[in-house]
Amino acid sequence: MNIQLAEKTQDTETTEVVSSTPKKEVNQIYDILIVGAGGAGYTAAIYSARYNLKTLIVGEELGGQMNIDYEVENYPGFRKIIGRDLMIQFADHAKDLGTEIVMDKVENIEKIDNKFKVTTMFSIYYANSIIVALGTKRRMLGVPGEKKFIARGVSYCSTCDGAFYKDKTVAIIGGGDSAFASAFILLQHAKKVYIIHRRGEFRAKPGIVDQMKNDSRVEFVMNTNVTEVIGNSGVTKIKTDNPDKSEIELDGIFIDVGVIPITELSKNIGLELDNVGYIKVNSKQETNIKGIYAAGDITTESNGTKQLITAAAEGSIAATTAFENNRECNNKDKNETCID
Amino acid sequence: MTIVHVNKENFEKEVLKSDRPVLIDFWAPWCGPCKMMGPVFEELSAEMTDLKFVKIDTQENEELAQQFQIRGIPTVSLVKGSKEVDRFSGFAPKSMLKQKIETMMKNL
Repeated sequence: MNIQLAEKTQDTETTEVVSSTPKKEVNQIYDILIVGAGGAGYTAAIYSARYNLKTLIVGEELGGQMNIDYEVENYPGFRKIIGRDLMIQFADHAKDLGTEIVMDKVENIEKIDNKFKVTTMFSIYYANSIIVALGTKRRMLGVPGEKKFIARGVSYCSTCDGAFYKDKTVAIIGGGDSAFASAFILLQHAKKVYIIHRRGEFRAKPGIVDQMKNDSRVEFVMNTNVTEVIGNSGVTKIKTDNPDKSEIELDGIFIDVGVIPITELSKNIGLELDNVGYIKVNSKQETNIKGIYAAGDITTESNGTKQLITAAAEGSIAATTAFENNRECNNKDKNETCID
Repeated sequence: MTIVHVNKENFEKEVLKSDRPVLIDFWAPWCGPCKMMGPVFEELSAEMTDLKFVKIDTQENEELAQQFQIRGIPTVSLVKGSKEVDRFSGFAPKSMLKQKIETMMKNL
C-alpha cells in the first residue's frame, strides 16, 4: 500500500474566488441582514427574530472563531462545552425562531432607494438594516517559509493538529493565555515544547506560566522573533533573531500571536475604523453609516474584551437598536428616508 | 451520495483501485474546522460526480495519516491510482472548496 505523494501542492493560502455563475436576485426585503455567523451574529439573529423582524444571516464560516477555540469554560450555564457544539446550539436557536442562514461571502453593500443592496458571491439580497459581525482572523507571523509549510509543520490550531506531533519537538510562538493553552494541549503529545516570545515577559496569567516553568519538557525562549521557517517536505527548523538561539531544530511550529479584524468589507463600504481596523461603534452598536450596525470581536466596544459573552451582548444590542430605529422610521412620513 | 469512510482494510479497494480519481478528506472528531467542512464536502460529492469522495478519520487511522504525512487538518487530497495529484489544507467555504477542487483536477 504505497502512495506517491504530490511534490508541489496548491498554495494553502485563501485564494480569491471569482464566481462565474450569474448572481441570483432574491426579491424579498429582509428587515435585518447579518453578515457573519459567529456568537455575535447568531445572538443578533435570535433577538431580531424575536422582534418579529425578517432576518437573514450570511456567513462564510458557520460558527466563526469558536470552531477553533476547543473548550469553552466561561460561558454562563455551560461549565465546559466544545466551542463548535455551543455554536450549533446558537445556530439552532436562531433557526427555530425563523432566521434564515446561508453560507456565502458578502462582497459589497450599497445603499439603493432607502434599502441596502447586499451582493454576495452567489446572490443579491435587499435589507433595511445591516449588522456586521465578521469577527477577527488569526494573525500570521509574515516570515519566509510560513505560508509554504502550512499543514506541513506550520499550524494555527493546536487542538486540530497537536495529535500529529506525538513524541516530536514543537514550538509555540506567542506569550498570551491562548499560547499557553496551546502549550497544555501540545504537551499531551509532544516530547518537547519551546515557547518563543518576542518580549521579556509573558502576558499570560502568572499561574499558568509558573506551571509551565516547572515542566522539564518546556523551554522558554524570550526576547526572540522567528525570522524564517525552514524544511523540505515538512518543517525541520526555524531561524530567529536571538544570537544565542539562532536556529532551533524542530518538527512543527504553532503560531498564536493574536488576531486581527477582518477589514476588507468594512473598507469597501466606508465604515469608520480605528487605526488597527476595528469598526468604530457607539454604545448602541451604531456605526458611522445610518442603518449599518456592528457587533462582536470586529468592533471597538466592550472595552476590547474579545469574549463570546461580550460578542453575544453586542449582538443583542445591535439587533435591539436596529429594531427601535426601524420602528421609529416606520412611524415617520413615508417620504422621509430611513437611511441616509 | 454516501461518502465512504476509508480505513486500512478498505484503502486498497476504495482508493488505489477506484475507477474514478479519489478525493480524500482527512479529518478528526476533535477538529472544529473539519466538522464545519464535513457537510460542505458531502454537498459537493453529489455535484462533482467525476470524483469519488471519501473520508479518513486520522484519529482512527494513524498509519494512513502518517503515510500521507498529514500534519494539519482538514486536508483534502486528490489521488489517482497510487499517486497523489495535489492537496490543500484548511477550511474553505463551499464556493472556494469547489474551485480548489477544480484547480486540482486540472492536474489529473
